[in-house]
Amino acid sequence: MPPTLAVWKFASCDGCQLTLLDCEDELLTLAEEVKIAVFAEASSEMVGGPYDVSLVEGSITTKHDEQRIREIRGQSRVLVSIGACATAGGVQALRNFADVAEFASVVYAKPEYIDTLATSTPASAHVTVDYQLPGCPIDRGQLLDTLAALLIGRKPRVPAKTVCTECKNRGVTCVLVADGIPCLGPVTHAGCGALCPAHHRGCYGCFGPAATPNTAALIPVLRRDGMSEDGMERLFSTFNVTAFTAERNDR
Amino acid sequence: MTTDTSTRTRTLSVGTLTRVEGEGALHVVMKDGLLESVELNIYEPPRFFEAFLRGRSYTEPPDLTARVCGICPVAYQVSACNAIEDACGVEVDPALVELRRLLYCGEWIHSHVLHIYLLHAPDFLGYPDAFALAQSERAVVERGLALKKAGNRLMEFIGGRAIHPINVRLGGFYSVPSGADMKAHTEELRRALDDALATVAWVGGFDFPDLEVDHEMLALTQPGRYAIENGTVARSVGPSFAVADFTDHVVESQLPHSTALHATLDGGRYITGPPARFTLNSSALSPIARQAASEAGLTGECRNPFRSIVVRAVEVVYAIEEALRIMDSYEPPPRPFVEVPARPGVGHGVSEAPRGLLYHRYRIDEDGSVAAATIIPPTSQNQGAIEADLAGAVSGNLSMDDAELTTLCEKIIRTYDPCISCSAHFLKLSVNRR
Repeated sequence: MPPTLAVWKFASCDGCQLTLLDCEDELLTLAEEVKIAVFAEASSEMVGGPYDVSLVEGSITTKHDEQRIREIRGQSRVLVSIGACATAGGVQALRNFADVAEFASVVYAKPEYIDTLATSTPASAHVTVDYQLPGCPIDRGQLLDTLAALLIGRKPRVPAKTVCTECKNRGVTCVLVADGIPCLGPVTHAGCGALCPAHHRGCYGCFGPAATPNTAALIPVLRRDGMSEDGMERLFSTFNVTAFTAERNDR
Repeated sequence: MTTDTSTRTRTLSVGTLTRVEGEGALHVVMKDGLLESVELNIYEPPRFFEAFLRGRSYTEPPDLTARVCGICPVAYQVSACNAIEDACGVEVDPALVELRRLLYCGEWIHSHVLHIYLLHAPDFLGYPDAFALAQSERAVVERGLALKKAGNRLMEFIGGRAIHPINVRLGGFYSVPSGADMKAHTEELRRALDDALATVAWVGGFDFPDLEVDHEMLALTQPGRYAIENGTVARSVGPSFAVADFTDHVVESQLPHSTALHATLDGGRYITGPPARFTLNSSALSPIARQAASEAGLTGECRNPFRSIVVRAVEVVYAIEEALRIMDSYEPPPRPFVEVPARPGVGHGVSEAPRGLLYHRYRIDEDGSVAAATIIPPTSQNQGAIEADLAGAVSGNLSMDDAELTTLCEKIIRTYDPCISCSAHFLKLSVNRR
């Protein structure tokens, strides 16, 4: 029997599970190597658990989903959370720093119909997670490497180095040093391949914080390059707002 | 609940509507053999974009709203840019608008091919998914994946990555490609055109259930070409109106059974998306795309939702041709972006997402922060029409058993390629026969 793979969605944009369908060269091979047991976006066939590997996309924002993630954990030998929503709560976790009832009243005429928790939290806040792929969205190469690793029984490689490291490896001129463009590369988790600096844009942190991000050293440089205090707070408050808030060492 | 013993109550549940982006529920109530109500339930766990956009810098909505949808992030980025540039009174250089259109062509190719091959075609061929289809027709699925990849590579080339591109900014791009790079990618894309034409012929041969719908149609239009990255509003029945008047005509309201907001056009039901675009703009298609459409049995208008798969395939042909046209005449623009200084005021932006018209409106404050944001995605505009089509299908097929009826309803929903993740979460189908 081939190993079974299940793909689950919580509050999200679908982009991280789409990354699996974006593996155009590998998708059919993968479908031969594993039994895709649950993947509602791609298949009408749904096979019951247990599952060898579950990929979890999206954040937990309802009572029902709090229950569902526990059930999925119980059915899964290995659980991998994929993307900023599943690993950090996503951009929808901006509500964690606001009044969710006020938020609901802005979007909906009848907020009383809306069933939501006051917080958006990662899977790891509810259950044990075996591996996490960061990114908004995740990187296709990291997803494939992780699936291949789990198939052959080695550990996935998701090194917690920085975007800076990838940028140097790629030979991109440093936008922060050479052009004074505010860049979160020194404190952001690798995985994208230094996409933004390669396009003459500062990193905006969509892979979340690297291990022990030294924001205390970076912030004076951002300030030097003309960023306002508000602007800096906003830069850290996007797709990985909860993770940066928890990991910053500047306050 | 009725206590009349002569009435019949049957409930049927399907866990999750599959092969759509996101999840939701459908509730059908029948009483004494007649249809009582149809509700398409969209249970998005709300993500509150319009709320958290308030107070953000006016430069941020393109990146933030891209995250509404991983399937059509460029649509969100472009409608947001159009709206904010409108608010700030900035005209973007024509060459940069062409590059935006080129990136958008990549999204149309990728999104449409995803829907055609991986989500929709299995319905016509009797498979649960494209993986099963590949077991008997591997070459066909491989053709689809190669075509989808061509769209993704184009998005990566212009946008940096296919999902949530990083190279889009107000006023244009962070960087623009060199002429040599553009030429190299042109050759790659040219090979995709044959696959796209083969796709039109393939889906044109599917067996389409008879269904004609009379919804009003709404789509953008541009002089001389098919509208993609911007345009003026056109409609099939009522008079056209300016983009700035959009919310005078399109009004969103909230129903108890859905967390998506339902939109109406001057109080009536309407559709946006491929059939509406084709019906209102088919004369603006390129000759090759128009001929492919005609050979696949599409002429002038498309009122059978099941044939939307053919329109998508035709639009893929058009998007590839249009991309090649832009690439062939490309000269690197003198600047990658136009400065967009903040200006207080209101701006409106539209573009044609793969699923239909996507409207953004922003009010910018004196300090350059977003004071208010409104987003009207295609799926909430189509929701009323989807429900009406489902009601028609259920009423017309009461003799079907629950399983057949459920399958039919799911197929109808899928013809709209609803992006429920733009607004939805859990679709549970239940038929109540009383």
